[in-house]
Amino acid sequence: MTVEQAVTLAPAERAIQLIGTELTEKSLKLHLDGLSGVDAVGLEARAAGLGTRSIKTTSKAWALDKIISLIDLTTLEGADTPGKVRSLVAKAVTPDAGDPNCPRPAAVCVYGDMVPAAAEALGSLKGLDQPGGGINIAAVATAFPSGRASLAVKLADTRDAVANGADEIDMVIDRGAFLSGRYGLVFDQIVAVKDACRRADGSFAHLKVILETGELNTYDNVRRASWLSILAGGDFIKTSTGKVSPAATLPVTLLMLQVVNDWHRLTGEKIGVKPAGGIRTSKDAIKYLVTVAETVGEEWLQPHLFRFGASSLLNDVLLQRQKLATGRYSGPDYVTID
Amino acid sequence: MTRLTVPKTYKLYIGGKFPRSESGRVYDLVSASGSFLANVAQASRKDARDAVRAARSALAGWSGATGYNRGQVLYRIAELLEGRRAQFVDEIIQSEGVSAATAGTQVDAAIDVWVWYAGWADKYVQVAGNGNPVSGPYFNISTPEATGVVAMIAPQGSSLLGFVSVVAPALVSGNTVVVVASEKSPLSAISLSEVMATSDVPGGVVNVLTGSAAELAPWLAGHADVNAIDLAGAGETDWVDLQISAADTLKRVLPPEAGVPAPSVQRISFFTETKTVWHTKALI
Amino acid sequence: MSFLEYAPAPESKAILNLKESYGLFIGGEFVSGNGAPFQTISPADESLIAEVANANAADVDLAVATARRAYDTVWSRLSGADRGKYLFRIARLVQERARELAVAESLDNGKPIKESRDVDVPLVAAWFFYYAGWADKLDYAGLGANPRALGVAAQVIPWNFPLLMLAWKIAPALAAGNTVVLKPAETTPLSALIFAEILQQAELPDGVVNIITGAGDTGAALVNHPDVNKVAFTGSTGVGRAIAKSTAGTDKKVTLELGGKAANIVFDDAPMDQAIEGIVNGIFFNQGHVCCAGSRLLVQENVHDEVVDRLKQRLSTLRLGDPLDKNTDIGAINSREQLDRIRELSNVGEQEGAERWTAECAIPEKGFWFAPTIFTNVSTSHRIAREEIFGPVLSVLTFRTPAEAIAKANNTPYGLSAGVWSDKGSKILAVADQLRAGVVWANTFNRFDPASPFGGYKESGYGREGGRHGLAAYLQASGLGSSHVGDAPAKKSSKQPAKGAKK
Repeated sequence: MTVEQAVTLAPAERAIQLIGTELTEKSLKLHLDGLSGVDAVGLEARAAGLGTRSIKTTSKAWALDKIISLIDLTTLEGADTPGKVRSLVAKAVTPDAGDPNCPRPAAVCVYGDMVPAAAEALGSLKGLDQPGGGINIAAVATAFPSGRASLAVKLADTRDAVANGADEIDMVIDRGAFLSGRYGLVFDQIVAVKDACRRADGSFAHLKVILETGELNTYDNVRRASWLSILAGGDFIKTSTGKVSPAATLPVTLLMLQVVNDWHRLTGEKIGVKPAGGIRTSKDAIKYLVTVAETVGEEWLQPHLFRFGASSLLNDVLLQRQKLATGRYSGPDYVTID
Repeated sequence: MTRLTVPKTYKLYIGGKFPRSESGRVYDLVSASGSFLANVAQASRKDARDAVRAARSALAGWSGATGYNRGQVLYRIAELLEGRRAQFVDEIIQSEGVSAATAGTQVDAAIDVWVWYAGWADKYVQVAGNGNPVSGPYFNISTPEATGVVAMIAPQGSSLLGFVSVVAPALVSGNTVVVVASEKSPLSAISLSEVMATSDVPGGVVNVLTGSAAELAPWLAGHADVNAIDLAGAGETDWVDLQISAADTLKRVLPPEAGVPAPSVQRISFFTETKTVWHTKALI
Repeated sequence: MSFLEYAPAPESKAILNLKESYGLFIGGEFVSGNGAPFQTISPADESLIAEVANANAADVDLAVATARRAYDTVWSRLSGADRGKYLFRIARLVQERARELAVAESLDNGKPIKESRDVDVPLVAAWFFYYAGWADKLDYAGLGANPRALGVAAQVIPWNFPLLMLAWKIAPALAAGNTVVLKPAETTPLSALIFAEILQQAELPDGVVNIITGAGDTGAALVNHPDVNKVAFTGSTGVGRAIAKSTAGTDKKVTLELGGKAANIVFDDAPMDQAIEGIVNGIFFNQGHVCCAGSRLLVQENVHDEVVDRLKQRLSTLRLGDPLDKNTDIGAINSREQLDRIRELSNVGEQEGAERWTAECAIPEKGFWFAPTIFTNVSTSHRIAREEIFGPVLSVLTFRTPAEAIAKANNTPYGLSAGVWSDKGSKILAVADQLRAGVVWANTFNRFDPASPFGGYKESGYGREGGRHGLAAYLQASGLGSSHVGDAPAKKSSKQPAKGAKK
């Protein structure tokens, strides 16, 4: 192994507290290499076990509403238009036209240039934390989904989205840099993007760091990348862009929750997790709720700490809600498309 | 004028050494024609205890050696046996009262049996082991390992061939043994011990007691640090009682056989334990 | 509300079609027993399930004679291929009636339905399926060409995996060409009796499998019956010892699967989250009623606190309760007698100075229950570190070096199983080499498969079940007495076994 040059990395509070002020490529690597390994068979067996929980009656009703409130309702297409985004927002505001008590998703998730359209459509409902329950705008940034652009472009992308009113930034890490062992570079970029999330008033847009676990490939890499992203200041760690297969899986999400649990045990700080892509049914989503509750605790089942990145999931949940309410199976013509 | 001969003292073989019985006892060994042959050590229960201790101490090294190594060490014994053929023939004639031709046949057979078993040392695991196709992402393999310390009552007749036929198969897989030699024809066993002491067999791998099987066997059958017992030559004793005693610590017990046991893979297998190891398999 | 208090999700008992009382299954039909019938109850609420016949010595005689007749007149004359087809039929019928069998098993045994549904019953089907294919391939069992069946097999099984242990016993016995008299445990006869109905559906020739119910004296009469050729027992080391004594001097071939006190060794370089799962699965699977349970956790001293801490966090998510609820992780203790023993040994643990921690969970009012419990500060000399508790109780000990871990792991008269957790392959293999245990699980625990031999070293018994080895346990080489395989040097002496004084 070649000895890395001692490059001083950008300051990041969490990393400094844990590793020390002498943050170098090497100290970061040593730190990440010290993480416990992951046995894939055991991890997948545990995930499968969690997936066999049987959630019925009142628990199911609660879970369905909870799932909706944790969704980042997403459209990330090259063909997106302001009209499409307005339609998405309308769906988020009124998920089930037949049930005014239906909860709303936590956020809509769009490309950066669509943030103004989303903000305009949301109007006074923009903002998750406002009384009565608003909706955040999450913007993907940093040359999503590949991340292949210069840091300057990634930062500009981020600042632009924040300036346009994005409440949350979903950034991608540089998987190429990560896979070639340049953890310091990945770390620096996250720190820089986090800095770019700063608003004029000094507050920050929430930063979700997308690992693109389908490209990292191994669970050991996912654990290291998760830890690295948290060290660099991520508020959330997110599995996938949705553009690479496999996207979110239950084992990968379980593993990221275990990292979050480790971090919490170590520091007391709570980090969020967002599985994204491939979660289409209520049945699947409930497995994720179970996994969250039994790994880090029920407290994580709130929009500040857990999200689903999904589009078609919402309608499946609505169909299940209707079934619970009426006692008969519903059909796709009884939920709206966006 | 004839030269005055130098008679041999026949002692026990424990832990690579040749002690007299701690009890100080010996018994007269007479030839088939009734003449005095030797004062053979008459082992006591404490000698048996010492032998078990020696066998236990030698177990890790012997069972941990490679099969190739054990095979060579065992083959070396056959080489030495061949070199001392005349001595063994002579002792068998004297103590068993058989013809030179019969004694010679027995020694040859003993050497051949020894060579046959020696060759198994680095192959037996392949024949008795298995890669198991379990339905899951697991590497799974079963391999036989030595059972541990094996006590044996050697066949009473065909003293050399009988001794070899019970000892060799147990040694192949890495067991260490405590053998009670044929009571009426113990000379071959002691001479074979001398062969082992001068070959590469580590001390304690083979321990030889001479004396009364009826006296010694109950102590060995009841000894908690003995893992298995071969009653091949115990047919004349109250061997069922031995088996019952052995059951206290669930020893593996091979019942008596008439005559000399045939060479067989089953004899190797009997003193092995199959260990199955599972390990997870995953690319990611 | 709390999401984690999942709403009840009970598996329906409607699928069961139980009778009020069950007879002995002899000669293909249910007959009444001559002993005083006994009751089998649900350990979860102590309610009566059914009345069960009790086989006395005369019934045992009848069952053995029936098995002998079936062996002589039918089963030994059938081709291997046809024996295999019967086993395939049984495997399929088990799959078809899987849900019913799982419900019956959980009801009678107290184990969680998710375990009987996802582990026990699927493995039962797999076991019959695996050995079905062996029936016409016995030449490859490792005993040379044309190996022969032993005859009548007497099989006595425990209450912890009632139906699975039945499959472990019956499937290889029938494949090898033996006929069977099997006695299930007196607290868990139900699934075996439903299995008898499956045998009827499979049209297995009458008398090939006979199932007799009763307690220890029935089992003793069976294994000591002079006309059985094979004894296969799974249960306590105490009873195994008694069987080894009572069969001494006979020609019966004996397989014993007895107790254990397995070490589960966790090194500091273990995949830690999976190790925690493995520890939990190792000792809390089936309420710890597992002979190969990882009841001694040997954890490297430098990660002891972290492991114990994580373990406690994990245990607090285990759900104890109704065995038929699909979300139950820890079911009922099988009997009051077993509960008393677990309580007694746990109290001893406290008296000896170990530190006791018990997961917080509500204990149902009726039935037999014991919350998951961990003892820390346990020494190798403590009784809870030496005796098999057979319950959801984990003893935690520490070690500093691999050599110390191996020495402590082997420091027991038992030798059934062990676990090793490390990300370092070379260390795993070297440790596995030196463990004196019949099954070593590396980075996993409590995995079972019909293709994988299972059985113990030392006082954990002898013989193997599963795989080719498990088949060979029901066969003898075609020659008389000890067989001669391969081109061994010639010898002259007789192969006839010596006659010993028979007690």
